[in-house]
Amino acid sequence: MSTQAEPPAAYPYIPNAVPEVREAMLREIGASSVDELYADVPEHLRLTQPLDLPPALRSEAELVRHVEGLLSRNASTREALSFLGAGCYQHHVPAVCDEVNSRSEFLTAYAGEPYEDHGRFQALFEYASMMGELLEMDVVNVPTYDGFQASATALRMACRITDRTSVLVTGSIGRDELSKIRDYLAPDVSVELVPFDPATGEMDLDALRGMVSDATAAVIVKSPTYLGVVETRVEEIAAIAHGVGALVVGSTDPSTLGVLGPPAAWGADIACGDIQPLGMHQHFGGGHAGFIATHDDPRFVMEFPSRLFGITSTRVEGEYGFGDVAYERTSFAVREEGKEWVGTAAALWGITAGVYLALMGPQGMVELGEGMMVRTRYAMDRLAAIPGVRLPFAGSHHVKEFVVDLTGTGRTVAEVNAELLERGIFGGKDLSTEFPELGQSALCCVTEVHTKGDLDRLADGLGEVLR
Amino acid sequence: MTEGTWPIGPKPPLRRFHQARWDEPVIFELSQPGARGVLPPAVEPEIREAVGDPVAALPRSVRRERPPALPELAQLHVVRHYARLSQENLGVDLNVDVGQGTCTMKYSPKVNDQLASDPKVADLHPLQDPSTTQGVLEVMWRLEQMLKAISGLDRVTLQPGAGSAAIYTNVSMIRAYHASRSEGARDQVITTIFSHPSNAACAKTAGYEVITLYPDADGYPDLGALRAAVSERTAALLITNPEDTGIFNPRIDDFVRVVHEAGGLCAYDQANANGILGITRAKEAGFDLCHFNLHKTFSTPHACGGPAAGACAVTEELAPFLPVPTVERDDDGRFFLDHERPMSIGKVRPWYGVVPNIVRAYAWITSLGAEGLREVAETAVLNNNYLMHKVLEIAGVSAPYAEGRRRIEQVRYSWEELSRETGVRSEDLGLRAADFGTHYWTSHHPWVVPEPMTLEPTESYSKADLDEYAAILAHVAEEARTDPELVRTAPHASTVHRADHEPLDDPERWAVTWRAYRRKAGLGG
Repeated sequence: MSTQAEPPAAYPYIPNAVPEVREAMLREIGASSVDELYADVPEHLRLTQPLDLPPALRSEAELVRHVEGLLSRNASTREALSFLGAGCYQHHVPAVCDEVNSRSEFLTAYAGEPYEDHGRFQALFEYASMMGELLEMDVVNVPTYDGFQASATALRMACRITDRTSVLVTGSIGRDELSKIRDYLAPDVSVELVPFDPATGEMDLDALRGMVSDATAAVIVKSPTYLGVVETRVEEIAAIAHGVGALVVGSTDPSTLGVLGPPAAWGADIACGDIQPLGMHQHFGGGHAGFIATHDDPRFVMEFPSRLFGITSTRVEGEYGFGDVAYERTSFAVREEGKEWVGTAAALWGITAGVYLALMGPQGMVELGEGMMVRTRYAMDRLAAIPGVRLPFAGSHHVKEFVVDLTGTGRTVAEVNAELLERGIFGGKDLSTEFPELGQSALCCVTEVHTKGDLDRLADGLGEVLR
Repeated sequence: MTEGTWPIGPKPPLRRFHQARWDEPVIFELSQPGARGVLPPAVEPEIREAVGDPVAALPRSVRRERPPALPELAQLHVVRHYARLSQENLGVDLNVDVGQGTCTMKYSPKVNDQLASDPKVADLHPLQDPSTTQGVLEVMWRLEQMLKAISGLDRVTLQPGAGSAAIYTNVSMIRAYHASRSEGARDQVITTIFSHPSNAACAKTAGYEVITLYPDADGYPDLGALRAAVSERTAALLITNPEDTGIFNPRIDDFVRVVHEAGGLCAYDQANANGILGITRAKEAGFDLCHFNLHKTFSTPHACGGPAAGACAVTEELAPFLPVPTVERDDDGRFFLDHERPMSIGKVRPWYGVVPNIVRAYAWITSLGAEGLREVAETAVLNNNYLMHKVLEIAGVSAPYAEGRRRIEQVRYSWEELSRETGVRSEDLGLRAADFGTHYWTSHHPWVVPEPMTLEPTESYSKADLDEYAAILAHVAEEARTDPELVRTAPHASTVHRADHEPLDDPERWAVTWRAYRRKAGLGG
């Protein structure tokens, strides 16, 4: 026998659901019912039925059981050995990062003034300042949504600064990011791909020379590339672009900047990328935030759509105040007359990345970069030794990702990954649809979390699968 | 020293608040050369022996010359620094956060934070084989079904990173829709001044000319002005309802009809949906698209300004243009991601959405159900009308437009009368409120409502909370009359004092990073 539970008189999240309180409030405002408050909503637009939603799980215990029950059907990268990257990375997330970004003072705050929310302003100013050191640039935005948005906005900034409407994009860019860029630059900006050299994976500079013109607003180059290769001729790329009056947008992975020079060092005018590697979990792709950085040139600063938090004096000697720099450029201030738009994006991930950089310090970032480079090369060497396996860009430099071509084994990446999965291994991203010219290739990611044992397990597992 | 009274006396009417004031240096000033906060794992010697030194093999032109000049701190000092900064911040958990109108500052249940950080979802890579991600895909699919029910529309994407990104996504779909019908000449988008500025700004970014309608004398969107604005150039109407004044447009379906008759589409910015959940929907008014802010209406925390999450809902006719991939369920009940959608606008963000917030929003709706959502809406509206009643008892404040009418979930008030009388501006009153442990926000620009203050009490606050908030406003307004200088120089009990704004607009002095500040201040690089 079951009895229907009575609806509760109150909801834990709704203090004024208590009937006596509601009655008192209605009395005080002179209304006989809540319905009266909806007088402006015409009858013919009103719902007459309750929303078609599943029955409520009102107790916390039931809710936890239900949601954990759903999530238990996932197998995470903690349970398996993962070599997936392609823009979302498994790095170690220091406990302090999770501690700080789960503090409710930060987690539940929003858009207060730089007084009662001084902490948020200072933490984001410090984030920008630490990114500024990593990038060797003076201006860094409050994070935008993600690295794709950062690239797209950097290119729009370049178009406005140069008053041109054509951009050249590195040909090895991930097709998802390219899709975002095309959508965001439509309808007025043309987007062309500069091919990459199939022997090295680096940008084809002869092709670039033939494509730039005095209509080119910007060349966006990524290093490391989406396919994991360090672009070594970046200074030449910058010179070619600057030679026609175009800007250089340097997209990079900040976790590699302990060993690689930042884009500013090789001539980029705008640097951009994603800070997910700096202390964010993978979150099934939901842990991203984008950075955009420039030198402190008003021509550039005034083209940022994002908020920029600056330090300033207060009425008290020795006190640091903060506020918005050049707010009048934003859509908050002047709607469609502002630069693109600004809204809620990913500030807390910025604070978290600041915590990460403060924890790592200069030496930690160097060790991170070196450690990834060494492990990655070891993994490359081990995989290259498997019969039929080819590393198309083996002669190039890599930090944390590389392409493995399985075409010579007669097997598809999908088949091989399915068998690796049976061994508890998430193999590299299948590139066969995204870059058909690479045949049956996979993009493998190695970070500081991987031990020699992990890398051997991948090599041995792949060897077995292909035997 | 005199002793206090015993038994202890009653509390004063307003709390004697003082915010944390740690006078915390900028983190670079805490640096101790050689200190370490965390250590990356060491590379095994066997690996080093096997591969040598690939860093040294990098060409000099791309190798980092010297380590980045980051601060060096032991772990405790990092923790302490950020713990102090956090104390110098007020969130929903600390203050009666009704002063951030348009933003729906409601309580974010802790259990949902725990669920979102479960390693079973936090440590999931987006490219894993779907056999290992069925749980999270089902959460996404179920949340989409819920938002279909709440909007009445046919398909949902959870990909946009936040509300403005969702507006842009809708604009992009509108553009693709017209292009697919060879109607690309439609180059105008219409919005209203009391719709969020991103409606205008996203449309402009996407290449549209923006027409902004102003309200009629009663503060309602002006149907006559709309009729005059539509033409064969109209691509879409982007509109909020209720608008940021808290006024519901009762002729919203007429607005939609007029635009449809001109061949345009209608996108509903549902940032202000909190007061109408289960009351009225996008479908009934005839909209083609809408978007929700999961961090507003559906309780995911605002996180100092994100990560947030946006969701767009569309009719079947617009569904082909949704971003890829979509989450699908096959006949066997298995979930998968569909990338093969040739009409799609493509990607608006990496992967599939802000997953931790998707989990939170799903949990929140699940905990409430249809009845609970309606309770949310009704209580938010009751709270708002109650607070309006309290606030309008204060001399010098008004609620312009729709005289004598009820409001939905928020009100844009005006301190014009008090300001004229005392010379104290609305911003000053808001900063003085910070001395009592809360704050308020004025309004987006332009200030169509003079000396504005926008309050949105949501369902999360009790009658006592609202009484306290109104008492603070009454007190501050009275101070504007009796001691205007005290208000104009506020805050006094906050973390810092009134900041100088001129340097922030001066290229010679503005400094977005510590390195820029040190250079400009002549303190060395």
